[in-house]
Amino acid sequence: MESINGRSNGGRPTGGGPGEGPSEGPSGSPGGRRAFSRRWVLGAGATTLLTTGLTACGSDGDSGGGGDTLTAFVYGDDAAKIQQTAVDRFNRSGAAKSAKGRVKLERIPGAEYPAKLRTAMGSPSAPDIFFNWGGGSIRDYQEAKQVVDLTDTIGNDPALKSAFLPAVLAAGGLGGRNYGIPMRGMQPVILFYNKSVFAEHKLRPPTTWDQLQDVNAKLKKAGITPFALGGADTWTELMWLEYLVDRIGGPEVFAKIQEGDASGWGDPAVLKAAETVKELIDDGAFGSKFSSVAYTNGGAPAVFAKGKAAMHLMGSWEYSTQLGKFPSFAKNNLGWCAFPTVEGGAGDIRNVVGNPTNYWSVNTRAGNKDAAIAFLKDCASRTYARALVANGDIPATSNAAELLDSSPNPEFAKFQYGMVEKAPAFTLSWDQAVGSDVATPMLTEINKLFVGKSSPSEFVSALKELK
Amino acid sequence: MSAPSPTRTPPGDRAGEHAEPAGSGGPHRPRSRPRPRAAAGRPHAAWALPGVLFFTFFAVVPMGLAFYLSFTSWDGLGDPEPVGLDNWRKLLDDDRLVQSLWLTVLLTAASWVFQTVIALLLGVWAAGRQRNRAVLSAIFFVPFLLSSTAIALLFYALLDPNFGIIQENTLGSSGGAFLAIVFVGGWQFIPFHTLLYQGGARQIPEVLYQAAAIDGAGRYRQFFSITLPQLRHTITTSTVLMVVGSLTYFETVLILTKGGPGTDTAILPYLMYEAGFKSYDFGYASAIASFLVLAATGLSLILVRLTGFGGMRSTREGM
Repeated sequence: MESINGRSNGGRPTGGGPGEGPSEGPSGSPGGRRAFSRRWVLGAGATTLLTTGLTACGSDGDSGGGGDTLTAFVYGDDAAKIQQTAVDRFNRSGAAKSAKGRVKLERIPGAEYPAKLRTAMGSPSAPDIFFNWGGGSIRDYQEAKQVVDLTDTIGNDPALKSAFLPAVLAAGGLGGRNYGIPMRGMQPVILFYNKSVFAEHKLRPPTTWDQLQDVNAKLKKAGITPFALGGADTWTELMWLEYLVDRIGGPEVFAKIQEGDASGWGDPAVLKAAETVKELIDDGAFGSKFSSVAYTNGGAPAVFAKGKAAMHLMGSWEYSTQLGKFPSFAKNNLGWCAFPTVEGGAGDIRNVVGNPTNYWSVNTRAGNKDAAIAFLKDCASRTYARALVANGDIPATSNAAELLDSSPNPEFAKFQYGMVEKAPAFTLSWDQAVGSDVATPMLTEINKLFVGKSSPSEFVSALKELK
Repeated sequence: MSAPSPTRTPPGDRAGEHAEPAGSGGPHRPRSRPRPRAAAGRPHAAWALPGVLFFTFFAVVPMGLAFYLSFTSWDGLGDPEPVGLDNWRKLLDDDRLVQSLWLTVLLTAASWVFQTVIALLLGVWAAGRQRNRAVLSAIFFVPFLLSSTAIALLFYALLDPNFGIIQENTLGSSGGAFLAIVFVGGWQFIPFHTLLYQGGARQIPEVLYQAAAIDGAGRYRQFFSITLPQLRHTITTSTVLMVVGSLTYFETVLILTKGGPGTDTAILPYLMYEAGFKSYDFGYASAIASFLVLAATGLSLILVRLTGFGGMRSTREGM
């Protein structure tokens, strides 16, 4: 956003250009006439140019990264404090001394992280180490040969290789090669429900779609919106399609699309999922105002916590969000379960969608790769995993199970860990799995489906057009 | 955008331009003497250097680069690859661009009507000599001092369907979202245009009103027969600024609606942002940007020409 003029009318008083002011009145001479035409052309031109001076230059990455200091870009939310501790620990450690390197952490404010990383990576002041979502989120960097291939590093280090859950480690790579080291908690998408609302209306968490519709009917009768949905953030709507497509057609449907086969959108499961979404909306399952509600500003979580809505399909971070905003709700009334199966569908109820975790990757231009890799290895340490657990996260490490008793909420932690560990398939969030050139129009089409701007069949044909 | 040479002015307009002022100018206007005096009295050209350099580096060069990028394919990494006219062809074929263009025109028109009517009335009122006028005018000016982002965030909170003042599905419905953008833009920029009109109205000689009063003209007749015609240059200035401002309106859309619901508030600048910073298709984003520059420049030239503003005819002819 740095590239945009602060005000739309920014060019205002300067617009007059040369010859402003009363000193040049109308004149009869050719010279004066010329001054006039020049004035109005330049004046109008200058105004326009100044105000339309929006161009594609947005980077102010000041990382530098030269010498022995490595710059690491991290998504700057609350959890970044764990990475900061790890950086401090690394800089004091023997590993840092023997590799002759130090790490400097730069916290990039959340929502604009991908764009900021992109502009930085295209500039001379790119980070040496960077946070990412694995899969499609690093594809462009991999194609531009900007990410270090860590396959051999991991293969040659049994301790590193055995430290992480294999499925999660694999999700940080592309085409069977490893490019990332897991560095945050796992983030499966979970169906949360409000226990007190369910108890009051004698409901049980649904395990099949029929049960879910039954629950919805009873809730609506009681004047409660079945599901909270922060539809102003399209990724919250995406989660519904991710699970529905999985439950109806199995994980293979999206796996095909993820590999770049756009015809995969033509699978009947996608259409069926879109029709199911439309039924839910027409049925009022999300209430009438969901497209004005956002997740990021706390709207949807508040609707859910206050009992206006009974359930909320959200990533596992919903727990810590609620713990921060509505602690007593999070501790006493927050329930969780798997997304129900759809009758006749191919997907296993144990299949999971979401973000396996986040990863550190190393820039090929990093000055001191040994130091960078030494820093990455710290993520496999027990100390690091403990710090994640203490923050309420579930590390993607193989030893996580034994650490979970020290979690602020062991019950939720174990549910989450078991969910991911037992999952026959873990589908990466679609917007992270495909390239950004496809993800953006895909999210737009999903939003159009949810706000009723396109029908399920229009939705499918629009998606098939994406390259 | 090289500076157009003076000779580009069509000859037809030239005659019109100086015929009238020459008639009214006359010898009692020593200031309008041609070139020699101006050359002697002007400061050295070097004084313009800071401004010219600033403009060159922060407007002309980036714009030139954007124009160049519009003929390339670039995802922000590596080197841009020339692709000829591909992006411009895509621009002409893009259904979203058509919708976007239409939304931009609609937003411009709606903003113009909303802002001009209110700013004109407020400005004329503020030019008077009523009690408390100065205090109230200062208060009216406050919104313009806030940053667009702060204003958009403020209204975003006010329009929250569950915790805001207006608990409706405002930003989630096409019409509501569009009107919200027009309103928030107006709320921010009306003060500035009010100031323009206030200044313009102050310049109107009192004698005109006195003469009109003697002739029996009432308040409304005076407004429509004196104030409005006398303000026509101010209206043009304000209109050009509003039109160009609407064409580059961005932060409010980003914060309030992100172009949604669906694509129903995705005006051109937002489409450009999305292509550049969401899809990382900087080539196509630059094509949209270049198109915007051309459209905005063309539009303001047309406006200036149509309204006769370029001729700078005096509003005081015959006085």
